Parts: sequence; C-alpha cells; structure tokens
Amino acid sequence: MIPIDNFLVLSAILFSLGMYGVLARRNAVLILMSVELMLQAVVINFVAFAVYLDPEAFTGIIFAVFVIVIAAAEAGLALAIILRLFRNRQISNVDEANLMKW
Amino acid sequence: MTYEEAVFYVIAAVTVAGGLGVVTARNVVHSALFLILALMGVAGVFVLLASEFLAIVQVLVYGGAVTILILFAMMLTRVRDIDGPIDGPQRPIAVLAAAVFLGTTVLAVKETAWRGNTEEATVVDINQIGDALFTTWAMPFEIASLVLMVALVGAIVLARGEEGE
Repeated sequence: MIPIDNFLVLSAILFSLGMYGVLARRNAVLILMSVELMLQAVVINFVAFAVYLDPEAFTGIIFAVFVIVIAAAEAGLALAIILRLFRNRQISNVDEANLMKW
Repeated sequence: MTYEEAVFYVIAAVTVAGGLGVVTARNVVHSALFLILALMGVAGVFVLLASEFLAIVQVLVYGGAVTILILFAMMLTRVRDIDGPIDGPQRPIAVLAAAVFLGTTVLAVKETAWRGNTEEATVVDINQIGDALFTTWAMPFEIASLVLMVALVGAIVLARGEEGE
C-alpha cells in the first residue's frame, strides 16, 4: 500500500501552490481560488492522518466534513463581498481597494 | 512499485498539474477550469484514502457548487476586461515564501517517524461516520449548519444591494 508520506508531500505541494497564488495574484477571485487550494491540502492531511494513525476515532474525517462546509460558506460570502466591491467602486483587484490604507 | 502507488502517482500528477494551472494561467477562466481539475484530483486522493463518502461530497460541493459560484463571480465582475498585469510586483517574494514553506514541510514529513501503521489505510465505514456525526459530533454539526445559514443570508444581503438601487 501507499505510505502516508506520499499523501503528506502531495498536500505540502498543494498548500505551497495555494500560498504562492494568494501572495502573487492581484485579482480577488483568483486569490479566493488559491485559498480553496490551500483548504484542499489541509483536508488531505486531515483524512490521511485519520485513516493511517487513528482509524478507531477517525476525528480527521469528521473535521474534513466541517472544513468543506466552512469552505463553502466562506466562498459564498467572499464572492458576495467581491461583487459588492465591484458594484460600488468598479474594482476587483485587491491592491486597488486601498481606501483604508495608511 | 505496486499498482496502488502507480494510481496514486497518476492522480497526484493530475492534482498538482491542476494546482499549477490555477496559479499560473494567464486567462482567469482557464484558472477556474484548472481548479476543477485539481479538485477532482483531490476527490481521487480521497478514494485512495478509502473515504468514498468524502470523495462524493467533494465532487458535489466543489465540482458542483463552489466552481460554479466562482465562474459566476468572474462573469459578474468582468475579470477578463481588467487591464494591467495579473500578478502583483511581489511575485518573487511569493515564489520564495512558497518554496521555503514547501522545503520545510517536506523535510519535516520525511524526518518524522510516524507512529502506528503508516503503510496501509484503514477503511472507515460510512455508517460509522454517520453515527459519529449525529452522536459525538452532534453539537459541532448543528453549529456548522447555523454557520452555513448565516453565511447564506449574509451573502444574499450583501449581493442584493440597498433598496431602490
């Protein structure tokens, strides 16, 4: 079977890609997509630890379900905020939303 | 190499290719399509981890709902018409930060001696998950549904706009 290391390394690669996306992209929607990638990496870790290290309690699988629920709620709210920002100020790049920048 | 490992490497390659596409594509719609590829790859990883329930949830919630939401937001904010570079000037720092994080994490994974049986995934029955969700985790479950409802109401209020607009 597959050792746990493989899943953890895959999750690390996905998280790094998401991290790069969040830091490098300018558009709010693209940043949100990168955040989704990072959340997926976290969910892979949760499930891998649950089925390999503690299959009796499988807390990781339950938490993976909760992470998916919260990610869905977060995506809906974030997109509503992006939509609002675009309607009010005709921008969708995060570096142009600098009204409160000192 | 066993056939399971071969399947894992194929799925992992698809997932990483999707992830790379999300963060490097010049066209934002292509980015969203790559995201679907990456999410379906993650669903495959869940199947390899013997969690079919999560794989189904992944396909339904992410493949069905979240990507459609993102594509809708892209259309409504006319992302494609925005001129100027798609990446900010901080891109080299982002590359550096991601590379440092990746190196540290992979090193930590390889150096750690994991306890327990780390060679074989144990199948967790879907009945067990359902039982645990409605007994041990009943309270977090209810709170999660409350959070979902509040988020949906908030999203509607935010996106609808004020009266007479």
